[in-house]
Amino acid sequence: MKIFIPTPLRQYAGRQDAVEVHASTLSDALSKLTSAHPDLKRHLYTDDGKLRAFVNVYLNDEDVRYLADKDKTAVKDGDSLSIIPSIAGGEDIL
Amino acid sequence: MLKINQPDYDAIRQHSEETYPHECCGVLLGHSDDDSRAVAQTVRCGNTRSDSPHNRYHIAPQELVQIQRQAREAGLEIVGFYHSHPDHPPRWSQTDLAEAHWIGCSYVITSVEKGQAMTTNSFSLTGDGEENKRFEDEPVAVVAEAVAFPSESLG
Repeated sequence: MKIFIPTPLRQYAGRQDAVEVHASTLSDALSKLTSAHPDLKRHLYTDDGKLRAFVNVYLNDEDVRYLADKDKTAVKDGDSLSIIPSIAGGEDIL
Repeated sequence: MLKINQPDYDAIRQHSEETYPHECCGVLLGHSDDDSRAVAQTVRCGNTRSDSPHNRYHIAPQELVQIQRQAREAGLEIVGFYHSHPDHPPRWSQTDLAEAHWIGCSYVITSVEKGQAMTTNSFSLTGDGEENKRFEDEPVAVVAEAVAFPSESLG
């Protein structure tokens, strides 16, 4: 399957915009991604191994947080995984 | 430096006036190298912060996934984002910094006073990660002609 890397993280993935991995589950796919590109790990996960709150992961067009089997969800080679850091903000209260 | 053509620059500012007194938001597509970005296209997004749209913005991740896919197909990449500050200065806020995670990208802010777009500034998000990220002032070069990149119309 193909894992799409967002612009800011490409420098930690060999400057590639996508990484191909063969995996059976979501967690397997992400594990293989960070094994191949260890520098990605600290940008995706907290020190205690949880996916950072602002990192969104989509399996095809589904937010993986809402999948019934979460990171145990089965994946196949034709699937794509998108990593999308959140975009938000706003003005200070004056 | 952020390089953007006049029509795209105007489109950002027009968007900020249309959504006033709420914040607008959108994505900048183009190409980047280590310290500069060139915009080939702007994409308007919806602000999902319906609870506080006058001083907060948030782009739905699903919308970003689709934009990233369309950009890839057009040979472009996400190089930045824009939003407005209704009746507030065109400077990044602590909320903007806390919620900014696209290091190496441009964050464009337009101040809007009484419905009229005033100043448009850009800030590049720099650093090695969440621990030391920071905004730096970034010059904006508005060019008359279209920036020469392959592009296709995005919905």
